Amino acid sequence: MKETTVTVNNKVGLHARPASLFVQAAAKYSSNIQVSCQDPDTKELREANAKSILGVLTLGVFQGMSIKIQADGADEEQAVETLAELVKNNFGED
Amino acid sequence: MKRLAGIPASRGICIGPVFQFIRQELVVTDCKVDDPQKEIERLNAAIGAAKEQISKIYEKALTEASQADAEIFQAHLMILEDPEMLSEVRKKIESRKCSAESAMKETAQAFSDMMAAMKDEYFAARATDILDVGNRVLRVLMGVAESPTANLKTPSVIVADDLTPSDTVLLDKSLVIGFCTARGSATSHTAILARGLGIPAVAGVGESILNSCNASQIILDGTNGEAILDPDQAMVKDYEQRIQTARTIREASVKHAHEPAVTIDGRHLEVVSNIGNVEGARSSIENGAEGVGLLRTEFLYLERSSLPTEEEQYQAYKAILDVFGNLPVILRTLDVGGDKEIPYMGLAAESNSFLGQRALRLCLVRPDIFKPQLRAALRAGVGRNLKIMFPMVATASEVRAARKVMDECIAELRKENIPFAENIEIGIMVEIPSAALVADQLAKEVDFFSIGTNDLSQYTMAADRTNPKVADLSNAFFPAVLRLIRDVISAAHKEGKWVGMCGELAGEPLAAPILLGLGLDEFSMNPPMVPVVKQILRNLNAQEMQALAEQALQLESPQEIQQLVKDKVPFIAELV
Repeated sequence: MKETTVTVNNKVGLHARPASLFVQAAAKYSSNIQVSCQDPDTKELREANAKSILGVLTLGVFQGMSIKIQADGADEEQAVETLAELVKNNFGED
Repeated sequence: MKRLAGIPASRGICIGPVFQFIRQELVVTDCKVDDPQKEIERLNAAIGAAKEQISKIYEKALTEASQADAEIFQAHLMILEDPEMLSEVRKKIESRKCSAESAMKETAQAFSDMMAAMKDEYFAARATDILDVGNRVLRVLMGVAESPTANLKTPSVIVADDLTPSDTVLLDKSLVIGFCTARGSATSHTAILARGLGIPAVAGVGESILNSCNASQIILDGTNGEAILDPDQAMVKDYEQRIQTARTIREASVKHAHEPAVTIDGRHLEVVSNIGNVEGARSSIENGAEGVGLLRTEFLYLERSSLPTEEEQYQAYKAILDVFGNLPVILRTLDVGGDKEIPYMGLAAESNSFLGQRALRLCLVRPDIFKPQLRAALRAGVGRNLKIMFPMVATASEVRAARKVMDECIAELRKENIPFAENIEIGIMVEIPSAALVADQLAKEVDFFSIGTNDLSQYTMAADRTNPKVADLSNAFFPAVLRLIRDVISAAHKEGKWVGMCGELAGEPLAAPILLGLGLDEFSMNPPMVPVVKQILRNLNAQEMQALAEQALQLESPQEIQQLVKDKVPFIAELV
């Protein structure tokens, strides 16, 4: 298993178009990919399937929050790297 | 006859038959199945068919509607491919041995509820999307037609609970003369669509409208927000008369578009346009604008990776000024702040960019941005009627600081022997309440004012006009805003300076009588409104409107003020 933690810095967070791009990118890999974050208020850990748009949206990741991306499978390394890059590049927004 | 009050969602009046937009109810019973595997196969086939439908709608929306509308269907496709939701449906079929229909319906409802629970407008829209997608799959599974408007054959008023983007994309727009919805608001999808099509819409008239019969007659008054079911003969005649009046004014306005706007008592008002590029310049001339009251210059700075050079700006301004010959053109210097994403400017993010270092405030600390623009404008103004105006002025010292930079540019150009326009008129936007309150001081510093009502309203009412929860408050028809406008005009006139207006209020038919009465000299608006406002002004008496304006300023709400105008100047109420 491979994992990394990145901060989401783009304006809308993991919603709308960025969320779509994230899920579409995740869907290209065969590994199981989970994305998780901590609720800023309750500190509760929330987790979702990175290939599920509904799951990713309901995580409620806003600008400034950190997310953990975990992948498990044949292409786990590549998957984690690509998704982390996407977040770091602000989903190509700027 | 039955009168129903609703929300005015799109202006105009129409009379025609009702077409009830009824989604066939999808009754799903929770029956057990013998072969869950077969149900899963049915489900997979239905999802495939639903995906094909959505792809087709997406293509149609791309060509007929906007990119934003089309993107909704891309989102629908992603929902339909969501592994979490699909595995949930399959799990239900296997574990409960229930039909594909009931598993799909329950799952979509559960996911939708989860979204709705987030209590946020964005998630509420996604909740609707999920149900929309779920119902599409159900319709395929149950063999129900994709759209309930297959039988729409004659021009009709569409009556519905509320309409989703999927509903309206499949609608034959040439057969729709208006929309009347039981729910919804002035910002719902149906309202936006109606305004785009230029047809009337009334929203939120209540559920009783859904009981009206197909083909029964209905009058829709989208300007006042009223629906009249089964009207009597006198009522129909009255409305036909109103439709005729509106048509006459519209036709006259087009016919006389290129003539000046002179009131009944002989006052000439300058009617000019707001533009932001060369296309706008051409459209201004076609619509009979007597010049430009607001040339936005942001277009030169957006969507690029470095500052536009002085030469580039000079060419762009010159191209626009050439279209207008000797007509006046007011160039507004750069109006951006932290809300605009212009990476190469290195603007710091601000916690409230509307109250931040934007527009002139930014230009005054960034001569690298300000000077090339002023130099380009001064050069492009040679032999033309160019005026320059500064946005976001709060104090007289800011105007003096801006003038100083301009004097420096003039001195440089003179030294470099580069031709430039001498004695250019300088003005400011009055859009901050402080500027309105010290307009007497500012009037001594400038040649003219242009009132920016959009910002003046949101700053005066302390209501962000992009926030739907308070956007109602950000309305220039509030007496607080109108009184500031009155004071600005009278302060300028005392100093012998003229006052224009380039906010949305200037192109608002219902505002024209009040603004005329307050003594506004120049009205600047989007080019298509120019002929209409000219025609309205031609039919008004400036002297009489003074009394109307005074009366309006004593009222408390935009609604009361607009009603007063409708009562006193009934022909305006009919204008679309």
